[in-house]
Amino acid sequence: MTEVRTLDHVVIRFAGDSGDGMQLTGDRFTSETANFGNDIATLPNFPAEIRAPAGTLPGVSSFQLHFADRDISTPGDKPEVLVAMNPAALKVNLPDLRLGGMVIVDTADFTERNLSRIGYESNPLTDGSLDAYQVVALDLTALAVAAVKGFGLGRKDASRTKNMFALGLLTWLYGRPVEGTEQFLSRRFASRPEIRDSNLAAFRAGHAYGETTETFAARYEVPPAPMPAGEYRQINGNIATAYGLMVAARKAGMPLFLGSYPITPASDILHELSKHKGQGVMTFQAEDEIAGVAAALGASYGGHLGVTTTSGPGLALKMEAIGLGVMTELPLVVVDVQRAGPSTGLPTKTEQADLLQAVYGRNGESPVVVLAPRSPGDCFTTAVEAARIAVTYRTPVIVLSDGYVANGSEPWHVPDIASIPPIEAGFATETNAQSASGEARHHPYLRDPETKARAWALPGTPGLEHRIGGLEKSDSGMISYDPENHDRMVALRRAKIDGVVRDIPDVQVDDPSGEAKVLLLGWGSTYGPVRAAAAAIRAQGHAVARAHLRHLNPFPANLGEVLRGYDRVLVPEMNLGQLATMLRARYLVDVQSYSRVRGLPISSSELAADVITMIQELSA
Amino acid sequence: MTDTHVTSGSGLAGVPLALTPLNRKDVVSDAEVRWCPGCGDYAVLATFQGVLPELGIARENTVIVSGIGCSSRFPYYVDTYGVHSIHGRAPAVATGLAMTRPDLAVFVVTGDGDALSIGGNHLIHALRRNLNITILLFNNRIYGLTKGQFSPTSEQGKVTKSSPMGTLAVPFNPLSLAIGAEATFVARAIDSDRAGLSEVLTAAAKHRGASFVEIYQNCPIFNDGAYEAVKGKAAGDSIIRLVHGEPVTFAGGTRGVLRDGSTGELIIVDVEEVGLDSLLVHDAHREDPSLAFALSRLTDAGELRRAPIGIFRDVERPAYDDLARQQIETAGRPEDPDAALQALLRGAETWTVL
Repeated sequence: MTEVRTLDHVVIRFAGDSGDGMQLTGDRFTSETANFGNDIATLPNFPAEIRAPAGTLPGVSSFQLHFADRDISTPGDKPEVLVAMNPAALKVNLPDLRLGGMVIVDTADFTERNLSRIGYESNPLTDGSLDAYQVVALDLTALAVAAVKGFGLGRKDASRTKNMFALGLLTWLYGRPVEGTEQFLSRRFASRPEIRDSNLAAFRAGHAYGETTETFAARYEVPPAPMPAGEYRQINGNIATAYGLMVAARKAGMPLFLGSYPITPASDILHELSKHKGQGVMTFQAEDEIAGVAAALGASYGGHLGVTTTSGPGLALKMEAIGLGVMTELPLVVVDVQRAGPSTGLPTKTEQADLLQAVYGRNGESPVVVLAPRSPGDCFTTAVEAARIAVTYRTPVIVLSDGYVANGSEPWHVPDIASIPPIEAGFATETNAQSASGEARHHPYLRDPETKARAWALPGTPGLEHRIGGLEKSDSGMISYDPENHDRMVALRRAKIDGVVRDIPDVQVDDPSGEAKVLLLGWGSTYGPVRAAAAAIRAQGHAVARAHLRHLNPFPANLGEVLRGYDRVLVPEMNLGQLATMLRARYLVDVQSYSRVRGLPISSSELAADVITMIQELSA
Repeated sequence: MTDTHVTSGSGLAGVPLALTPLNRKDVVSDAEVRWCPGCGDYAVLATFQGVLPELGIARENTVIVSGIGCSSRFPYYVDTYGVHSIHGRAPAVATGLAMTRPDLAVFVVTGDGDALSIGGNHLIHALRRNLNITILLFNNRIYGLTKGQFSPTSEQGKVTKSSPMGTLAVPFNPLSLAIGAEATFVARAIDSDRAGLSEVLTAAAKHRGASFVEIYQNCPIFNDGAYEAVKGKAAGDSIIRLVHGEPVTFAGGTRGVLRDGSTGELIIVDVEEVGLDSLLVHDAHREDPSLAFALSRLTDAGELRRAPIGIFRDVERPAYDDLARQQIETAGRPEDPDAALQALLRGAETWTVL
């Protein structure tokens, strides 16, 4: 019987060719692990090409999973276990593996030709270059092919089940439950019995291989993490965004309309919402990004919850229409799943460099509300809040998600819909003004004295006929070139957005010792790395404070005071200091920027080390 | 919105009827009209304001969406709901509105620059999808609001401020473009021809699907006289009035249109020479667009001397917005939508922490 060792956390990376099914393998292992009760955080990492040339370095796709017996917030910097399905996957990923870590490698493709093609001069499995690691070299392909021999698959199809063999092996190694994956495979391939049965066979064979051979000295166990009581599921950011929008639409009593154009990494929101027509969701795949947002605005004008989803270059194209939303003061939710730019950039890699575009990137004085989710599950909450603000204040709201939270997943405490407060649109049904000749009229730009939200009458409401548009206008909606009126309207539109601060909670500072001199301020998806770094810094005996921003425009009311309370404020972000620039301009505080633009989340261990150096310099 | 008085059939099906009959002054807004004196837009506005009450639909269920340009000021002058949107995007804004609100009659008012240049993509896709909207394209063959640059319908060689040595490209023929974009209703009218314009606009509004109406509109400031040949004394000889089911003739019946059997091209002939029976008989309901396209090619691409007027094409095809709503209906609303939504959030694989 194999020994069982207990660990508090593990970071595994599955890597293979982009056609090897690594994303699916990682996803399934994640589901099993989440079901088991560990806290999880994941990082899928894949090339933009659908099938880059097989066996090449650019064609390598990977999926990293961090699971633990405690609350964790990042997918981990360095994996301890690497599953490499071909030589290229080994070559690309080995530099990240922790020394002494385990490499499980499929030897099937380690031929001289394949190795020299990617620049290996000798076979790394035999030339001693893996001596610093625990190497488990197996012909996974041959083992999988043998396991599915009876199912009548061709050699190619049979060898494609190697990912399920590997999954079965890992499932055994970490004592994960098998039922979830068995049910998943049965569902996924229900219409193709030979594929279903062969994948199931490969998965079971991998599990049995671990149990019956003596390849591994030990099995590992990571006990469940303590979490607040309740019902959980695993969720990624794009799905959580889609669900948040659906729930918000229900809460507002406004059917959801999505106008969108396919773009990586946002398309999955369009895919998900397209499935839910039974819930009254209408999706429109438009001819371009501009039509997507313009149609959403048209739907909002008609009283639906108009939403558009995109990524950086698409946001640039939508800006003029978002400006029309600002001018006509109609609700509009714009989800920008940021990716590395500029231009086409790195479509499948993450970045946070659209912040200034979102806040400032339109012609004229054109303020909008900007929010950013901090984690995959938080995309749900952020989407609901975005819709609430958009409807309440009649304004476009931009949500800055990014590739990291959109594709990453984590356990999610399933919210109870009934506990979410309704969203009140408060449509106008009565006239609110008189014409010069004393006739009852609807003046669309008369405002609620508190929120400054304008009176909003839907077409179809008798007696409230009116016109709105992109030209400057008076309260009546009539075109106005009056200088004083424009001055007043510009100020009003700004004041309305600034006033959203009344619905925004103060920023909370996490400073357990109360003695910190350095504040780490994160926004959006840097939440996890910053939180993990702060924990690591404290574990090494240093005091550090941490705070996080969800609201990028307007900022929480107490932010300036918080920033002034520390000797040093460090803002880690995946851009060249965009939030830092905004904070310095707004609060005249000497905020320091910590920039990383590698297309990957900020490394928490690197951040922790850099901050410790800063703390030591400060006290010296 | 919940009025049960609904017109039957046609593009206006689902739109509530006016409870009391409307007249022209009911659809004239408080706004002062600010087009240049003599602009063709005045005539189009007056005709539209005459047609709208005749349609019988509720004023509040009528929405006019426009883009940018002289013609796009149109919504401000009609006392219905209206959106003056951004340059070229009116069909896209109207798409979201028409998909979500079957109880509205949605009109798009646009110009040659707005619809055919900056907004070309939205126009062709709105037509291809066959959205239930009515598009009025005011074609003055010039940029008016930006003060006189050439437009995508300006004749090749036209000298303007931005083309002092003449334009280089051939113009779009808007009707050929619309037919190529799979439009189901394609017509042309002239700003000053009240009767013809009324007839075309009425038919366009009643067509279910995308209706495309090109309106020859004179710009007295930057392109005066562009349509003189089809308006002045010689109009009888230059306008080819299309009447469904009738032989295509003009110039008092002396001239006609014949289809060359070998090439399919349309040729202008003397009726006396070939005989009335050999002329092309107009069939607007013909599924195949070839004849409508051939008729659209009888328009001069350069200086205008001759043009067919009326309804070129009027065929049935399911409207995109109807189909989109049908899919929602087919998907089926769950008995308890809140419970179904909660079940969706829960998903297939959950676990409970005690």
